[in-house]
Amino acid sequence: MSSVNDWAAPNPVTTNRSGIIGKPVDRYEGPLKVTGTAPYAYEVQPPSPPAYGVMVGASIAVGRIAAVDTAEAEAAPGVLTVWTHLNVPAQPARGTKAHPRSTQGSKPAFESDRVTYWGQPVALVVADTLENAVAASHLVRLTYEAETPDVDFRARLADAGQPLGEQDMEVGDFDGGFAASAVKLDETWVTPIQNHCQMEPCASVVWWEGDKCVAHTSIQMVKPAQHGLAETLGIDRDAVHLLTRYIGGGFGGKGQTYDDLTLAALAARALGRPVKVAFTRQQMMHGTIHRPATVMRVRLGAEKDGRLNAFSIMTWTHCHKEGSFTEHASNFARALYAAPNRLTGHRLIKLDLPHAGPMRAPGEASGTMSLECAMDELAEQLGLDPVELRIRNEPPVDPENGRPFSQRQLVRCLKEGAQLFGWDRRLPTPGLVRDGRWLVGMGMAAAIRGNFLLPAKCSFSVDADGVITVRQGMTDIGTGTYTVLAQIAAETLGVTLGEVRVEIGDSELPPAPGSGGQFGAASAGSAALAAGMNLRRAIAELATGDPNSPLYGDDPTLVTFQDGVVAIENKSETLATLIRRAAPAGLTIEGDSRPAADMREWSTQTYGSHYCEVGVDTVTGEVRVRRMLGVFAAGRILNYKTARSQLTGGMIWGVGSALTEGNVVDPRYGSLINQDLAQYLVPVQADIGELDAIMLDEVDDKANPMGVKGVGELGNSGAGAAVANAIYNACGVRVRDYPITPDKLLAGLIAKGL
Amino acid sequence: MRTTITVNGEARSLDLDPRTTLLDTLREHLKLTGAKKGCDHGQCGACTVLVNGVRINSCLSLAVAHDGDEVVSIEGVGTVETLHPVQQAFLTHDAFQCGYCTPGQICSTLGMLDELAAGWPSQETAPGAAPVFNDAEIRERMSGNICRCSAYPQIVAAIKDAREAMA
Repeated sequence: MSSVNDWAAPNPVTTNRSGIIGKPVDRYEGPLKVTGTAPYAYEVQPPSPPAYGVMVGASIAVGRIAAVDTAEAEAAPGVLTVWTHLNVPAQPARGTKAHPRSTQGSKPAFESDRVTYWGQPVALVVADTLENAVAASHLVRLTYEAETPDVDFRARLADAGQPLGEQDMEVGDFDGGFAASAVKLDETWVTPIQNHCQMEPCASVVWWEGDKCVAHTSIQMVKPAQHGLAETLGIDRDAVHLLTRYIGGGFGGKGQTYDDLTLAALAARALGRPVKVAFTRQQMMHGTIHRPATVMRVRLGAEKDGRLNAFSIMTWTHCHKEGSFTEHASNFARALYAAPNRLTGHRLIKLDLPHAGPMRAPGEASGTMSLECAMDELAEQLGLDPVELRIRNEPPVDPENGRPFSQRQLVRCLKEGAQLFGWDRRLPTPGLVRDGRWLVGMGMAAAIRGNFLLPAKCSFSVDADGVITVRQGMTDIGTGTYTVLAQIAAETLGVTLGEVRVEIGDSELPPAPGSGGQFGAASAGSAALAAGMNLRRAIAELATGDPNSPLYGDDPTLVTFQDGVVAIENKSETLATLIRRAAPAGLTIEGDSRPAADMREWSTQTYGSHYCEVGVDTVTGEVRVRRMLGVFAAGRILNYKTARSQLTGGMIWGVGSALTEGNVVDPRYGSLINQDLAQYLVPVQADIGELDAIMLDEVDDKANPMGVKGVGELGNSGAGAAVANAIYNACGVRVRDYPITPDKLLAGLIAKGL
Repeated sequence: MRTTITVNGEARSLDLDPRTTLLDTLREHLKLTGAKKGCDHGQCGACTVLVNGVRINSCLSLAVAHDGDEVVSIEGVGTVETLHPVQQAFLTHDAFQCGYCTPGQICSTLGMLDELAAGWPSQETAPGAAPVFNDAEIRERMSGNICRCSAYPQIVAAIKDAREAMA
């Protein structure tokens, strides 16, 4: 595929003859999940009784392990082995790629006496039972030489530098444009460290079948996990069979493997029996990646009519001392609003904190928390409605690179959201709506998230019963992959959903990029469509080439597939009849898809709007989200039920970001003070009022052959800002340091005499 | 320590390390992995099961304390072939995404509906009044079950639907 023009030709998904595409069908794997019979990684039953591994985390942030005493742990009941850096089996040096095409290099566990973050796994106890392993883990005595941790992000801002290989993006003359603007805003927002808090902590169960390592783990991307484990174990990549069939949430945090997998594999090899290792909830906070904190300075210069003349968002953020991850919180803004003079960029400081990494809507989730509130503040300064301000700054083409938009329905999202939500009832002056001791207000924000397409492969089979099986090394982290692949298969081959099987989450299946960056459905689905089309051709040729088929001798390109029947006009037979007779062993064929060479000639994004109503308790400073509505435009929707769930889930993440979520760093130890779900507050049922998401009709034929885009991250983008803006409208207090907790709000309320 | 627990209607006699939680007993000893370990500290609700008809966090309870008790885990609620109305409603309303909190949500729903029917008050119940079945009560009573995918609106819809189907 070399051009997006090739995607314009009708295909079964875009034609959608039987209407399965878009249909809000139940989740394919749903019956297993509601009955508790879908086995997540730690629950896969190994061929023989497993041993249990428990990890011990470092209790310093930076320094070295000076002494190790494992005698007591080793002597404890049931203990099979205790490992630290002193006796862990040898592993290739970090980053080693014995196979040059490995997508991930070696990731050795316990590689030295060096500790580089609090909670870093430094010891493993393996025992016959979980209880014995946990008890013995408390008997591992490690003595540290601790250094003073460099973890105070806010104190180190001045030392932050340009991320490697990056430059600020300036269009026009920002300083000149800003100085000349009639109305100016220059404010700074702060977002805290956030943690994914997937309900399923990272976990692995591994056993060996001769020289083959069978690893069940919880991971978003199959191939890098398989390659990385093989490189770490120093074995051939094909000697690792990695499976991840059911995943208890990912959100970016399971985009990479952790030491649970490495240690389970090493221990299973050393002990000659299956080994299970899981992170505890507390270990997840430090031992896996987090969304780093940001400081964002937003400057907006506008004319009196609201048109932006100068626009800038600069982001300061942090990553691990040995890392390079940058929270690109300024990037999204490059495609959002028109302004002739523009400046965006990032500054990165490396700290002795745990590893930073991507978390749902990396960049947008943090970035919209500043810019979309800045727009709200600017609208007030200008005396304009915040919706109208955004509409006045709607760019005709991508404001940064001049490329045409493939599809852009932001204004429609804004207008329809305003109408459905009843935005016209909002009073622009804050603090005027009272409901008992509550002040009530409304806020809104725009949403934007980039769209991506990655190369993928897929295989399709048909068997003698006419059942179609989709096989792909893809994952479903709750996103709906199983379901949409089944829908694509059913529509492409003209069968019912009951005649489709989906097998994913397996390194021995055709590779797909996995789940992340909201590229999953588009990338995996495009490959599935390609495989389905190849199978259609194979079946058509089988029928027209079989003297026993009523279709014999006809043109195979004229064969139609519907209701389990292959036909050319009034000549037909069932798919099952054909396969049973002409190919009783079934047919299997692969397909693949890749980005078109000219895709980048368009600016392709997903868009949306959020509208929120909150109540602010003037006595306690408590904020309650009363109702919230999102309106989104994200290409063709493959399944309105699962897509809506993705979007509402993302919106609720925004509520958490605005009101409760944040890890607080303890500067003395370099640890995160709140390390569990009682202290790191994700939204719970009572935090969420009436909340819904609506999807506009759209087809983006520059995105991929199906015209679909992603929704997994879009719902999160802008949602928190809408909550913050509603708080301001309710009570007139603007808190720019997230989360907006009662203590911060109360200070503002008291200052206002409320 | 010899302990006999009736699990999903079947008496199970187990020789347990007294440190074994009810959750680990179900998951590691009885291979009933429907109840999930999300936090192991009673903070997330993924391990919720019914003990003598009352919902508890099975991670916070030692199995040996349940000698003679009747435990119902998600495996005892319904099967793929014969879904319980609550399971069916969760499926219909897409009241889950990753599915890891779901068995706990469903067991918690069953316990919660019984608590409501028995007149147990909650934060949302007017003082002295009998609780009424409404969205606010559902949200309050289901807040011990975290869903990070945040299927909360769908869960409320599913519970309302299920209650009607069970009536």
